[in-house]
Amino acid sequence: MNGPIRKVAAALGVLLAAMFVNLNFVQVVKGNFYRNHTGNQRVLLTEYSSARGQIVVQGTAVAKSVATKDELKYLRVYPSGPIYAPVTGFNSFIYGTSGLEDAEDKVLSGSDPRQFGRQLADLFTGRNLQGGSIELTLNKAAQEAAYTAMKAPDGTMRRGAVVAIDPATGAILAAVSTPSYDPNKLSSHDAASIQDYWNALLPNNDPTGALVNRAFNQTYAPGSVFKVIVSAAALKAGLKKDQQVPAPNGFWPFHDHTGACPNDPTSSCVENFGGETCDNGTTATLAFAFAKSCNTAFAALAVDKLGGQKIADEATLFGFDADQLNIPVAVTGSTVGTAKDLSDKGSLAHTSFGQQDVRMTPLQAAMISAAVANGGTLMKPYLVRQELGPNLSILSATAPVQLSQVLDLDLDQQLQQMMIGVVTSPEGTGGAANITDLGTGVTVGGKTGTADTGVFKNGKQTPPHAWFSGFALQNGNPKIAVAVIIENGGVSGNETTGGLAAAPVAKAVMEAYLRSLGGH
Amino acid sequence: MTAAIASLRVPTRRNAELVLLGFAVVIVVAAEAAVEATRDGHISSRLVTYAAVPLLIGLVTHLVIRRVAPYADPLLLPIAVLLNGLGLVMIHRLDLGLKQQADQYGQQFAGAAAPTQVVWTAMGVALFVALIVLIRDHRVLQRYAYTLALAGLVLLLLPALLPARFSEVNGARIWIRVAGFSLQPGEFAKILLCVFGAAYLVTKRDVLSLAGRRFAGIDLPRGRDLGPLLAAWLICIGVLVRGHDLGTSLMFFGLFVVLLYVATERVSWVIIGGVLFAAGAYLAYQIFGTVQTRVGVWLHVFSPLHNDDGYQLRQSLFGLGTGGIFGTGLGGGHPELVPLPATDFIISSFGEEVGLFGLVGILMLYALFISRGLAAGLAVRDSFGKLLATGLAFLVALQLFVVVAGVTRLLPETGLTTPFLSYGGSSLLANYALLAILLRVSDAARRPTNVAPNQPTAEPAAVSA
Repeated sequence: MNGPIRKVAAALGVLLAAMFVNLNFVQVVKGNFYRNHTGNQRVLLTEYSSARGQIVVQGTAVAKSVATKDELKYLRVYPSGPIYAPVTGFNSFIYGTSGLEDAEDKVLSGSDPRQFGRQLADLFTGRNLQGGSIELTLNKAAQEAAYTAMKAPDGTMRRGAVVAIDPATGAILAAVSTPSYDPNKLSSHDAASIQDYWNALLPNNDPTGALVNRAFNQTYAPGSVFKVIVSAAALKAGLKKDQQVPAPNGFWPFHDHTGACPNDPTSSCVENFGGETCDNGTTATLAFAFAKSCNTAFAALAVDKLGGQKIADEATLFGFDADQLNIPVAVTGSTVGTAKDLSDKGSLAHTSFGQQDVRMTPLQAAMISAAVANGGTLMKPYLVRQELGPNLSILSATAPVQLSQVLDLDLDQQLQQMMIGVVTSPEGTGGAANITDLGTGVTVGGKTGTADTGVFKNGKQTPPHAWFSGFALQNGNPKIAVAVIIENGGVSGNETTGGLAAAPVAKAVMEAYLRSLGGH
Repeated sequence: MTAAIASLRVPTRRNAELVLLGFAVVIVVAAEAAVEATRDGHISSRLVTYAAVPLLIGLVTHLVIRRVAPYADPLLLPIAVLLNGLGLVMIHRLDLGLKQQADQYGQQFAGAAAPTQVVWTAMGVALFVALIVLIRDHRVLQRYAYTLALAGLVLLLLPALLPARFSEVNGARIWIRVAGFSLQPGEFAKILLCVFGAAYLVTKRDVLSLAGRRFAGIDLPRGRDLGPLLAAWLICIGVLVRGHDLGTSLMFFGLFVVLLYVATERVSWVIIGGVLFAAGAYLAYQIFGTVQTRVGVWLHVFSPLHNDDGYQLRQSLFGLGTGGIFGTGLGGGHPELVPLPATDFIISSFGEEVGLFGLVGILMLYALFISRGLAAGLAVRDSFGKLLATGLAFLVALQLFVVVAGVTRLLPETGLTTPFLSYGGSSLLANYALLAILLRVSDAARRPTNVAPNQPTAEPAAVSA
């Protein structure tokens, strides 16, 4: 009988092999299909089974998890939803995570390896496993003032962004992108309503682009704000702020003319906004050309005096075309354009006042003013002050890091004075940013920009974007740098309109921040 | 003198068994610790209970075996204890999950199953001890073959003949429920019928292996010898018709065909059995809605047509897929989402939490158990013992295969328990009975011929005497 028993054993071996192969098929080959199948709630249940940590701004949670009675044990709520959405991002069981919810997911979910000791201790002490918290650098007063200031008179949100930085450290004080979205509606536990809301936010259905984080991830032509960088390059090249520079009515990159430009849009000739005259129509001091934002003077400076490379080098010091910035949210890169933009005289002329292919994020715009305000030292921007364990032990605290020295201190003083002139001098375009209510100690400087969009609708270019990038000093110490962009907020050919639209927003943010610091 | 020396040459391997039992206890305790750590976030004093169960059943059974079956196979018992212990851990873990689920939905929790399983385990061990002490020689069973067969048949057919209110649970009439106490008699019937089959075939094997007509190169048995096989087939069909119990009828028929094949050494029996099985399966599919549903679910588990009746299998696959290669860790998954996670689908519960690696490990334990059973069949000297051991090992193997194939969608689901692992008194009692008989046969297989069955291990004192 032993023969048949051995054959039975062999047959059973075949059955074992069949089970083994099939298990591999089910658990490995088809594993992901089953794991991610819509009928499978397991991944979801696990994700929502523990309390996610808080995102805290000055002691107040702007994102927190509250216990619920339904199957997903915790609900993510954002008490000031849209105001902080560009920073917090969302945490949706359908659409995943974004913003800091994504970048700090490991700490928030408690899976960060630095929390291992705590995780182990939890095992034995019986506390529930939970995520750590992150404490932001944001300032409530600045953030809320920025959001409120972006409201149009009719109560709707203007399209644009505001970013504020502490120039001395790089700590981001405000980051607003408007119109915003409500992350609560993406983190709810009702799949149908989440999908409806998401679909409404998709670019095809939402022309305002509420999901786009304009503050960190949208780039725009800087317009005249870029003149800060050209001026820095000029000062480095030996020019003084009170030195006379050519400021013709028309700048002809390829000719030896100085006359006004023809009425021909295809001409490479550069003219001032609205064909205005800069000072006497032939020369002006660098500071005057800067304050009045004369295009011809900067085009001449760039093409005839500095050349593209010096401008590009200076821009790199300010953060353009530099390494990817993670704050820890990934920031879209800013650029001065291609090599050809810098070598071709016609392109370089337009690059000098922030058109052509120059693009920057609002954060980059704030970094420009921050560097100038901080004695030429550019600090690395950051959003997270501290990462905390569930027991509030500090996992990490961000130490300020210097990114570059954009200008030596003495040259930077001149540039600071030039920027202050934009706000305080009679020819300046940024007077609307001036703060007068807080006493004599406060000095405001900045630069306006009116950036052509290059977008045409019905044969006409859409209204230009209105920029303001500036800073506030208190008793000579840098306190805050702010950048504001209002999409299509200007009037074509009128530099003052950019200042009129964007500068008051910057003023509101700086004033709110200075007041929050006390002493006023 | 010579007898005593000869007996010394065969090691009893009882110490190996003891060490392996120690491993089993450690693994069970580690598994329970993992469950508690993940579920509650800390390790509680309950761990002592879960350490005590495998420790006690291991020690008791081990000491009894040392006394009455010293040459028994040293692997069978530790594997059974380990599987029983792991099953208990999983049942406890499912209790926690099901209770939480009930709380969330504001429902009444049906009650913890783990304590009941502990009671069943104790009863299983008691049955084991009783059987291995009472049956000092497996050949004794041969004498009661027909009595046991009658008892087996009654047990097998009783639920099908009883009114549904005494026997039907979840559409299958395989229970006897009296005064809040429920038993699945089919679990015992298969062992009794295995004993009978082995005894019957030992006496009839010469007749049954006589060649009849030759067809397509195979010697067919004589027509009149087909009687026993046809009888078995009809009984299975009867169980299927009345009880809607696919699993038990498949087990019983498979067992009989294999015993017939081993006894007669004729492949023709397997072929005839296969044909009869195919015919029975086809008939069952044509006639019974439940069979059609099971097959439909198997083929189109994600079809909207099987939205409701395919739910269980889908959840099983989701659990297995989510577990993936390494699993979510014990206590880290959601096996409670699969209906009947502790009985029919305990394999998916393990697959989700210990992953492919863990599940293959469990399959290997079974493979080892089955191969040790077959090895006992190969080594034992009497034909009845060979058939009995092979039949019992095959029962475990076929039941495991049918369950695993069912929950992993290799074959249509049939609704059987996993030996030693699943929750359920009948299953556990029956499998401990099976273990006792298998150990008894293995003891006979390895015992030196000159040591009497009742004589315990030769002591050194016996040598000098």
